[in-house]
Amino acid sequence: MDLAFSKEEIAFREEVRAFFRDNVPPETRRKMVEGRHLSKDEMVAWWRILNKKGWGVSHWPKEYGGTGWSSVQQYIFNEELQMHPAPAPLAFGVSMVGPVIYTFGNEKQKQYYLPRIANVDDWWCQGFSEPGSGSDLASLKTKAERKGDRYIINGQKTWTTLAQHADMIFCLCRTDTSAKKQMGISFIVFSMKSKGVTVRPIETIDGGHEVNEVFFDDVEVPVENLIGEENKGWDYAKFLLGNERTGIARVGVSKERLRRIKELASKVESNGKPVIEDQGFREKLAACEIELKALELTQLRVVADEGKHGKGKPNPASSVLKIKGSEIQQTTTELLMEVIGPFAAPYDEHGDDASNETMDWTAQIAPSYFNNRKVSIYGGSNEIQRNIITKAVLGL
Amino acid sequence: MDFDLSEEQRLLKESIDGLLTDSYDFDARKKYQKEKGGWSKAVWGKLAEQGLLGLPFAEADGGFGAGAVETMIVMEALGKALVLEPYLATVVIGGGFLRHGGSAEQKAAHIPGIIDGSKTFAFAQLEKNSRYDLADVSTTAKKKEAGWVIDGEKFVVLNGENADTLIVTARTKGGRHDKTGIGVFLVPANAKGVTRKGYPTQDGLHAADITFTGVEVGSDAAIGDPENGLPLIERVVDDARTAMCAEAVGAMDESLKTTVEYLKTRKQFGVPIGSFQTLQHRAADMFVALEQARSMSMFATMAADFDDAKERATAVAAAKVQIGKSGKFIGQQSIQLHGGIGMTQEAKIGHYFKRLTMIENTFGDTDYHLRRVTDAGGLV
Repeated sequence: MDLAFSKEEIAFREEVRAFFRDNVPPETRRKMVEGRHLSKDEMVAWWRILNKKGWGVSHWPKEYGGTGWSSVQQYIFNEELQMHPAPAPLAFGVSMVGPVIYTFGNEKQKQYYLPRIANVDDWWCQGFSEPGSGSDLASLKTKAERKGDRYIINGQKTWTTLAQHADMIFCLCRTDTSAKKQMGISFIVFSMKSKGVTVRPIETIDGGHEVNEVFFDDVEVPVENLIGEENKGWDYAKFLLGNERTGIARVGVSKERLRRIKELASKVESNGKPVIEDQGFREKLAACEIELKALELTQLRVVADEGKHGKGKPNPASSVLKIKGSEIQQTTTELLMEVIGPFAAPYDEHGDDASNETMDWTAQIAPSYFNNRKVSIYGGSNEIQRNIITKAVLGL
Repeated sequence: MDFDLSEEQRLLKESIDGLLTDSYDFDARKKYQKEKGGWSKAVWGKLAEQGLLGLPFAEADGGFGAGAVETMIVMEALGKALVLEPYLATVVIGGGFLRHGGSAEQKAAHIPGIIDGSKTFAFAQLEKNSRYDLADVSTTAKKKEAGWVIDGEKFVVLNGENADTLIVTARTKGGRHDKTGIGVFLVPANAKGVTRKGYPTQDGLHAADITFTGVEVGSDAAIGDPENGLPLIERVVDDARTAMCAEAVGAMDESLKTTVEYLKTRKQFGVPIGSFQTLQHRAADMFVALEQARSMSMFATMAADFDDAKERATAVAAAKVQIGKSGKFIGQQSIQLHGGIGMTQEAKIGHYFKRLTMIENTFGDTDYHLRRVTDAGGLV
């Protein structure tokens, strides 16, 4: 048992940090620090810088453009990226559909899609949730009917993140209505520009536009857009969601936000002295830091275990990551609210407009607090995570 | 970065787990509790036989030169079995003072007796109003010729009733709260002027209130600098806190296991109560609390090797906060999920709760350590 980072790992951290310092556009970083929305162009520009460096799809197998980093190196990279902060590679492409394609797709699909994902030539979105299918995802109803060499797709998806930017969607569709609910689902990818696709924005409680409803009305998709086998889509979806879980603790994001809390709490006064000097506030902050340290170590235990024993068997501690990670992220946004107190109130109506820089930094804090309620809901709600622990770990 | 045990550490774990499986089920524990002194000399002898009492001592002193990870392994196992024997008081704390501060003569005089199991120790530190402040010392040690005369009262001295040797903190100079002027002294428990009033503690261990009235010891009784013993005390108490964190993780782990087993077997309304989602999610939250505590126990263990004393102290304090919170949650919910049976002395589960509760209130509770982390400027 050796709980310290090796010399090589520490040197790697320096290398990654230096690259971010020299290459993340300062304007992109500033907006991230202040919790502002980035434009599509700003995000894509940064991801192409990352891809040019060879780090765009760092965790993929080397043959598809990955780096061959160890689990610990990958962890360090993610943490430094979150702490800089800079936008993480688009998860829908890089962490979700990419691995499904290189694991279950055919040669032609791999050759066409994988380089395009790496360079964000296509912006991908995820067609999983439906109005009647949230945590009970397998009850989904969107239908793909086979007609000759095409699927005809009808139905509706919802909570589709950044679909307004998307060129492509990977979609769970029911291809066999007679089978038991998990059995008749297929994993199909298609262009968002297809005839019959309609995107309608959902405004979230922070006033932002991140998620959408997506409607399919007789959308025609060539059968070669099926990934893997027909009716095996549920297996691929489970594989995809399993990949999602280890990155979900977002330790670096919370570390960066704690830094921000301290910075702002040194500026804002309460009872004639900076908030940071208030004993009650300091203790809350320290309690949050302790929780985060525990989470960081739990995450490292999972990472080290994966590195050593492979990713096949999920570490029982990994379900903890989602629950604790989301709770801590939410606590950090609450602490920011506490720092600014009454100045949380003014609302920047154009907060979603990336060109609007006139509002003071305070305007983003309440929206960020409101928006972060999502983190205990998405990616398998925390209640679903408890079900997973109950079944997979405790055997109840 | 490697969280796996080495081959040697794995063997150590197997050996102590095996020993305790064979000789420390709950009924055996009840019997040991009734023995003179409240613990089993036979079990202590077995721990000595397997070399566990000599683990942390340098090979030159007759030990195995093991580190903090090995102590963590042992303490976790002791926590699982709710072991009564004075490993913490004797090996971790008594041994700790000798290892970190003892002279060659003191080591030679005392370590062999610890290793072979013939002698146990107790740390007489707590005073009536000192609470968790290690620098708050009113007991005095006054120079007399070449030696010292100790006067004062110490309370809730773990293993104080049985120990052969007491390690006593006493003021050699300055006022009650001064950080300097505190000495650490080896006092034979049978020295003239030592009065011990022993009693059982809530968690089934034994402690004593001890009065020192004109107790005379030689110049060789002082461990380290008699006028600046606080850094040594802080060092050893941090080791003790770290060891208790591991013990608590063992107790929490077993408490959760026992509770989950109960949820699977206890039937109400014709079904196992573990089929109810309210109880399932409570158990899942207990698992989360356990894993967070386990991570912080490892963090404190890792901190034993930090060079910077302040950094080490903050890490240990942070671990104690997490262990305090997790221990309280798991302890209380274990009782709740057991229902009425959890309220009985007969069931083992309540005894984990009691031990976890006492661990929280030893060497600083959750609030105390949260304040220490806060005053140190946090962790990140």
